[in-house]
Parts: sequence; C-alpha cells; structure tokens
Amino acid sequence: MEILKYKNLVIAGVASIAMMASVSAVSAETIKIGASAPKTGPLAGGSTVTFWPNVKLWVEQVNARGGIKLKSGKAKVELIEYDDRTTPGEAIKNIQRLATQDKVDFILAPYGTGFNLATAPIFAKYNYPLITHTAITDKVIPLTKRYSNIFFTLGSTTTFSVSVVNILKKMRAAGTIGNRVAMVNVADAFGIEMANAARPIFKKEGFDIVYDKSYPLGSPDLSPVIRGAKAAKPDAFVAWSYPPDTFGLTAQAKVQGLNVKAYYTAVATAFPSFGGKFGKSAEGILGAGGINPDTEAMKKYFAAHKKVTGKTPDYWASGMVYATFQILEKSIEGVGSKDRKAVIDYIKNTTFNTVMGPITFKNQNNEKYWTVGQWQGGKFYGVSSTGRPGQKPVKPKPKW
Amino acid sequence: MDIFIIGILLGGAYTLMAMGLQLQYGVARIMNLANGEMLVAGSFAAFWFFTSAQFSPIFSILVVAPLAFAVNWLIYKIFMRYLVNRAKSEGQLEVDSILSTFGQSFILVGLMLAVFGGEYFSYSYLEKPFEILGQPYEQSRIVAFLFSVVLCSCLYFWLNRTRMGLAFRAVSVNPEAAGLSGINVPRASALAFALGGAVTASGGALLSMFLTFDASVGVIFTMKALVIVIMGGARDIRGTIIVAFVLGLSETAVASLIDPGLTLAAAYLLFILTLLFRPEGLFGRRSS
Repeated sequence: MEILKYKNLVIAGVASIAMMASVSAVSAETIKIGASAPKTGPLAGGSTVTFWPNVKLWVEQVNARGGIKLKSGKAKVELIEYDDRTTPGEAIKNIQRLATQDKVDFILAPYGTGFNLATAPIFAKYNYPLITHTAITDKVIPLTKRYSNIFFTLGSTTTFSVSVVNILKKMRAAGTIGNRVAMVNVADAFGIEMANAARPIFKKEGFDIVYDKSYPLGSPDLSPVIRGAKAAKPDAFVAWSYPPDTFGLTAQAKVQGLNVKAYYTAVATAFPSFGGKFGKSAEGILGAGGINPDTEAMKKYFAAHKKVTGKTPDYWASGMVYATFQILEKSIEGVGSKDRKAVIDYIKNTTFNTVMGPITFKNQNNEKYWTVGQWQGGKFYGVSSTGRPGQKPVKPKPKW
Repeated sequence: MDIFIIGILLGGAYTLMAMGLQLQYGVARIMNLANGEMLVAGSFAAFWFFTSAQFSPIFSILVVAPLAFAVNWLIYKIFMRYLVNRAKSEGQLEVDSILSTFGQSFILVGLMLAVFGGEYFSYSYLEKPFEILGQPYEQSRIVAFLFSVVLCSCLYFWLNRTRMGLAFRAVSVNPEAAGLSGINVPRASALAFALGGAVTASGGALLSMFLTFDASVGVIFTMKALVIVIMGGARDIRGTIIVAFVLGLSETAVASLIDPGLTLAAAYLLFILTLLFRPEGLFGRRSS
C-alpha cells in the first residue's frame, strides 16, 4: 500500500502550488502571515470547521480595517497557506518553508495537539511566537520551560477528564445518577490518553466503571460497543471519541435506546453539524468544550463568521482559534513593529480582550478555559470551566 | 443471534463497498484505486439530495446510478482505453491502471473538496430502531443490507443466466479467447467498468445514511474493498460476497465477545491467513 501513502503527497503538492499562485501581490507595506493546517487527511474534517474559516474571517476583517497598525503606518495582511495533509512530517516542512523561504513575519499555530508539539522546535528555532489554539496536553509546564515562545490556551488533558468526573459527581450528589459508569475510547493517542487519565480519577471518586473498552479509529459499525455498554446497565456513558465516532456512537445510542441521565462524547459534540444532525435528540448531551454563546462579543463573532465564511463556528475551539489571532494582532500593534521577540514579550505581559473573554498568560499558559459543554435548547453551553463566567447548570439528559 | 444479525448487516455494507471494484477488477481488469472516491461521491450526491430537497437517499440512487454509470463510462473511454490497448500483458495493464486511477483519485478528492469543503458530513435518515427478536437495529442499515442482497442476486443471476453475463464471465476468465470467440471485449470491459462505478456510487449513497464521511475519506473504503476483493479471488463475484459477510460476522463477533479494539486486527489476520494459505483467493484458480 506504499502507493496509497504516496497519494497524499501529490495532493499536497498540487494544493500548495495552487495556493502559492493565489497569493496576490500587494504594493503598500504588508505583514506576511503563514498558516499550515490540514486541508486533506483525517484531521481535515475538524480543521475546515474550526481553523480555516477563522483564518479567512480574521484576514478579511483586518484588511477591511486597513490592516494592522504599526508605527510606520497600517500594514495589510498577506496570507500564505499550506496543507499539511494531516502528516507531522509535512507540517514541519511547511513551517520550515514559511520561515526560511517565504520569510513570513508571523506564523499561525497549526491545528491539533500533535502538530503543535511536532512543529514547536521549528517555531522556537526561528523565534516565532506559537500561540496554540487547539492543543491539549499535560506537558504544558515542561514545554513552556523549554520554549519561551510557546503559549497554551485550550487546557490540559487531566483537567478535561477531571471536569467530566466532577460533573458526574455533582449529578450523583443531586441523586440524578448512580455509581455505574460505562467508558469507551477511540484507540488513538487522544482517546487512550484521556481514558488513562480518567480511569484512576473515577475510581478515586468511588465510581464503578462497569464497561471499559476501546475501538479502532474509523470503525464502520459501533453497535457492538453500544450493545456492550448498554448490557452493563450504566448510569452514565462517557466516550473519549473523535468526530466520526462521536456521530456514530450517538446514532447507535439513540437507535438502541441507551438511556442514561449523563451522556458524554468528546470531540465534535460542539460542532454545529452535530446539533444539525441530531436536532432535538442532541438536547442534554455533554461534550468537550463549550463556550458562553450569549455574550455580546460571541454573538457578534458568530454573525461575522457566518457572514464571511457562510458557516457556523463550533461551540468550543473556533472561538479560541479566533481569540489567538486577536492576541497576535493586538501584540503586533502593541509593539508597533514586526519585531518577533518584542511581540513574544508583549504576549507574556498583557491581558487581552478576546471573543472568549479576557485572556492573561501565566507562565505562558491561559488558565481559564471551558472544559465541558451541554446542548441546551439548540445551543452548546459551557457547563464547566476553570474560571470563565457564565456557565450554565447541568441538566439531566432526557430520554432519546 | 444478535451478533449474527449485526454481523450480516455489516457484511451487507461491505458488499456495497466491494461489489463495484469486483466488477471493475474482475472483468475490466482495472485495479481502480479511485473506487473509494467514487463511493464518497455517491455519498455526497445523496447528502446533497437529502439536505437540499429532503429527497430520500434511497431514491437518489435512481439519479446517482445512471450518472455514475455515464461518468465511469467516460472515464473508461477517456483514460483507460489507451492503457488497455497498449498493454502487452495483464500485469502491465494492472500496473498502468493503478497509476492512472491513483491520479484520478486526487482529482476526485480535489473536486469534492472544492465543491463541498473539507468538513465532516452526516445526516439523519431512517435513524430509527427496528426490532428483530426483541433487539433494536438501525433501519438504515437494514435497508442498505436488503439493497445489497437484491443487488447481489441481480448481478449473480445476470452474470450466470444471460448472454451478456456469459460474455462478461468469458472476458473475466480469458479476454483473448473471449475475443476470438466473437465477444466484443472492449465493449464488455467498458460496460463492466461503468457498471462497477454505478454500483459503487449507489453503495456510497446508501452508506451515507449511517456513516460519517468527508472528502478525503475514500481511501479507507478503497482499502476495505481491495482486501475483500483480493480475499474473495478477484475473478468471481461469489467470493466477494462471501468474504464481505465473513468479515462482517467475524469483526462483530470479535467486537462483542472479545474487545471492540481488536476488530481491525481480526480482519487483517484473516487477510494474512488468506494470503498465506490461499493466495489466489477464496474462489480464485491457482495460476499455472
């Protein structure tokens, strides 16, 4: 199957040539911004919802304002974008290329935890600020110690699993659910890491894990998983899942009538297409992320996103992706030049007003983020956070 | 019993993935690596019909199948005919067709990306339980299964009971001899290729009812179809059907009785065993 591997390479080649051709020449002073993320491959389904529309929106808005304000006058943004084909090797090459050949002034963070970690050394080598937006890791402290240019915004693995346990604890204390938890995970780095983090915490809090299985990424039929979980008679169902299986598990749970008061699926539960597909059945489903969609800033952002890209942003990382672009823009304006070192220092010492609310970096880490959300009345509201205002109380999930 | 039913439902889905490739590879001798993309194109068509006009994915086949037939006919006439004409041996045609269809798969991925975008697509149709022996099963899967049964039987009887089908099988066994006995081999091959494409795209339309898909997911379907067709012995449609069901049943049994994490391992173990002990496939003949 060597040939199949080769296939992605050609796609990227064609795509990058096409993209380079589309970069237009601008006469006045410009700021060159580079972006590399999946347009094809397994993560493309996520990045085309969460990342790329935000790039388009931000560049369009900045240029409509006349550009980023520097001491020497306003500079329009010139965007150079590459497809990393969801391959870490390609992502590294893209960043290297942006830094050394395209000589861009700033590079937007790549999409996904693995890709941020894989490219962090290149960002550090050429001293570009790396304001991650879709990276969740427990290695925030060692990474920020090693790289003075990296910033984390979305949270840590353990916090995400602890928050889910805490939500279930609250529901147990209220008498909504009992002790029995069915937990499944996708057999991929993300799912395994989350399940391994959650398992001891569940046990410590006195929960009984009655079903604990993994399934391969891309399983065409998840009904045996739901059958098994249902047979274990759980009070709560927790799935550390990726987009295709988040949809697949939920469809099966609905068909098979897996009625639990607490039902959690991880990535993509916050996608508008999830609410679109399941409609009223989505009510009460818990998932990773969440935001407060009712703030003025968020409402404005949703409207602009829809207008410029024709798509609705997701209810989790979309806003954070956009917020990191706002942070970059504010920092460049604050410094007033393209001095990357000064921009990095500026980011470290400033509180930014973003669409997600105020963001301050403490040791290069944003400590206030959303962890769990719930579909309530057609929107995905944050129900748990590490210090963001406006979280809604959790509701028990109604029957399908 | 529950495992058996889930297993044959999954097997039905697998026949939909693999049947088209069997026709294309078995009869037209084109190892079509763009098979998965054709399937995803069918899914997109069904998605589009459903979301823009609330048009049932099942009826969308009425449009998808003839359209895919025409498109694949053209693909064969434009891209494949020259390869077939210049190929001195079957092996050469296989290599050439792999390269060519490989290229076509990029074009198809690019087109779908450009038209629909890269995100995940999923919709709810017949996502309701249907009870068999007290256990709920997804209606959409049952419909897909029934359709695959009808399709398989039609193809099987057509291949075995009609003159045209006989010609197909003759071409499949030996194209040169078939040509010598008065069969229009190029025409039969083009028809088989187009028919295979139509079957694949219709399968995609049906599978889209319960599988979440995106523009670049096709390669996964291609892989599955390849495994099934090769295990079945490329020349015989029965092999493809049986292997699809064997895979469906064994994956489900492993998922239910041992661990869902081992389904892929089980499928590829069967594949390796087949290659080791019966490299010509279930219904293949040993080459002399």
